[in-house]
Amino acid sequence: MQFDPFVIPFNIGLYFILIYAVVRSVRWFTDLSRPDKLRLQRGFFGKAFGQSIKEIFMESLIHRKILKSNFRLGYMHMSLAFGWFLLILFGTIEADFFGEKHLNPPYKAIFFKFFNPDHGRYGFEAAYSFWMDLILAFILSGLLLAVIKRFSSGVVGMKKTTKLKPLDRIALTSLWLIFPSRLLAESFTSGAYGTGSFLTGPLGSALALFLPAQQMAYPFWWLYSLSLGTFFILLPLTRYMHIPTELFLIFARNSGISTGDQAGAFTEMQTYSCSSCGMCIDACQLNFSAGITSIQGAYLLKGIRNNENVSEIAFNCLMCGRCDFKCPVGIELTPIRMIRRRTGETEPVKTTIWKKYLPDRHGLAPAKANGKTSYSFLPREKPVKADVIYFAGCMTHLTPAIKNSMVKILDAAGVNFNFIDSSGGVCCGRPLMLAGQDREARELINFNSQLIWKSGAHTLVTSCPICYKVFRESYYLDVEVLHHSQYIKMLIDDGSLKLNFLRKKVAYHTPCDLGRGSGVYDEPKDVLSHVARLQKTNFEDENSLCCGGSLGNMKISFHDRNKIARDAAAELTRGNPDMLATSCPLCKKTLAAATGTHVADLAEIVAEAIAPSVSKKNINDPLIRIREPQRVI
Amino acid sequence: MEKFGFTLLKERHINYDANDRSIAEYIDSREPSFRLCIECGCCAATCTTGNYTHFSLRELQIFLKRGENDLVRENIKKCMLCGKCILVCPRGVNTRNVVMLAREAFQKNVKNAV
Repeated sequence: MQFDPFVIPFNIGLYFILIYAVVRSVRWFTDLSRPDKLRLQRGFFGKAFGQSIKEIFMESLIHRKILKSNFRLGYMHMSLAFGWFLLILFGTIEADFFGEKHLNPPYKAIFFKFFNPDHGRYGFEAAYSFWMDLILAFILSGLLLAVIKRFSSGVVGMKKTTKLKPLDRIALTSLWLIFPSRLLAESFTSGAYGTGSFLTGPLGSALALFLPAQQMAYPFWWLYSLSLGTFFILLPLTRYMHIPTELFLIFARNSGISTGDQAGAFTEMQTYSCSSCGMCIDACQLNFSAGITSIQGAYLLKGIRNNENVSEIAFNCLMCGRCDFKCPVGIELTPIRMIRRRTGETEPVKTTIWKKYLPDRHGLAPAKANGKTSYSFLPREKPVKADVIYFAGCMTHLTPAIKNSMVKILDAAGVNFNFIDSSGGVCCGRPLMLAGQDREARELINFNSQLIWKSGAHTLVTSCPICYKVFRESYYLDVEVLHHSQYIKMLIDDGSLKLNFLRKKVAYHTPCDLGRGSGVYDEPKDVLSHVARLQKTNFEDENSLCCGGSLGNMKISFHDRNKIARDAAAELTRGNPDMLATSCPLCKKTLAAATGTHVADLAEIVAEAIAPSVSKKNINDPLIRIREPQRVI
Repeated sequence: MEKFGFTLLKERHINYDANDRSIAEYIDSREPSFRLCIECGCCAATCTTGNYTHFSLRELQIFLKRGENDLVRENIKKCMLCGKCILVCPRGVNTRNVVMLAREAFQKNVKNAV
């Protein structure tokens, strides 16, 4: 037998999706900016190629990242993706070796059993059928988990699973139907011919006992082909578009393309690469502390895909970046959210189903410009020349203990510094950027930049991670920007700061903008372990919690903020530390209100530990004595 | 009206019939905590902008609620959204969002007029 009409739906679907994937890929490539195109070309014919292939195998098929964090969920994804891949691969080999001729059309491999019902009785053929049955069983076990997960997500260790649109449901059903219908079709055929291995064989002969196997097989082959065809045709409209997109995304990312601050082809690729697996929902503190379950990354991307007005979702986020590190596809959710914040409100667009297959490019509305400057009242200050300038930041001015401690530390280390905003400076601009108002932020950035340039300093120390992040990323400065934890570590390392050891247990909370936002994890801990006993918490480094006070969220209520802060504080103080340390004034302020444990900034702890200078020279030097009062212990 | 020799100063009139409270209602419907303000002035006391120029969120909230929008329209742009006011607010008003929504409302109004 060479052909049967039932393969037509499958063929239509397959060729459609192949052509579609090529068209979309070409469109993405042409939409990339010129440097990005060059990067991709270089990446494709260079070292990045091997890396990408490896990543596709490890992440898209094996789902290593999900397996690591949640074995059952990872197994579910792996069995479906890797199992299906194996089924296609070995099916093709099977059709090539055991079929009538070599180089068959794809349908011969997929429906091999139908065209070769007598295959697999003895010897090597039987062993091969066993292997094929094993793969099918592997997929079916994952499918069983998937079905259970849809009704009770706790089974695979997920607290929440994503809500679906009607089209997603149809596609999901057709996906679910593919493998059971294959099982039944193969079983009936095996039952009729007395072939089949451990799965299809016994099931086939059992069914053949009370059903006419020969006649029953044919409808199930039709069902198998139809569900495959439906799935392929619907794929571009649903979340399953992530399957082809992810491959392209991995190549693009490994070639060195990143989101940046403009919407474009790469953002669009990331939008379509989201499989709505729900890992971001589980990672989100708004979900597990405050019970807000409609704003997570998966929903943001879904909203963007459907041309909805996502401004409400975009602004209701702490921007803590936990989801970025949890996303198994590696989608940069926080930068995408920032882009949407800049776009602001958009009109929801109604599109036809045909339009959805080739959607409009996700363009950006031009920046809202109203010509007038908002901050013309800012004075033209004349800065004092100094080697090191200390920028406390707005939040530090609300927690004077931190800035006083910093002044004490810098004095004790004998640093020639200038406290640039000692009388309350201008905001660094990041809060405005987080609110999507870049033009206004630029004005503040220009003001502060001039102040810093004119001071002629070579080092800028700041106490606030929010300021630290924006100084590093959005300012064009030729000074070294350091967070105070880094600077204190430097002072300790070069011996200019002598510290006592405090007999205290300290738990350290990594602020979002310092840790995940800027990659400073170790310096604060090194400093702390220098002066106190550092206690481990369950939320270290990339997994650290947000205190809830984040300026990123514009919408969250006071009540919900408190819930997050209390939960975070309770988790961090689980080991009953004497003190909860952090290195962000905002975290300090938020956590202090949420826990009975004493919360202190790293600078305060270090200032407390400063050893009184004992050398004769210092005691005789009146200047130093004024600067550094002797502590009576 | 009887003349007692006393008059109300013109600038002390609040004419709720003539004033446009749509901006306040726009904010109120989207940020309910706007209602909680007791006009204590903590926000104005800690304000980064208030350090440099005459800017008081307390004042602006009062004017918004009265519907006297002209002064607010001029001044609301001065805010740097630094967020200190949220932390000091004893009533838990989401002040940053109030400012954002006020800006948004004025921008939309301008669009409608054009």
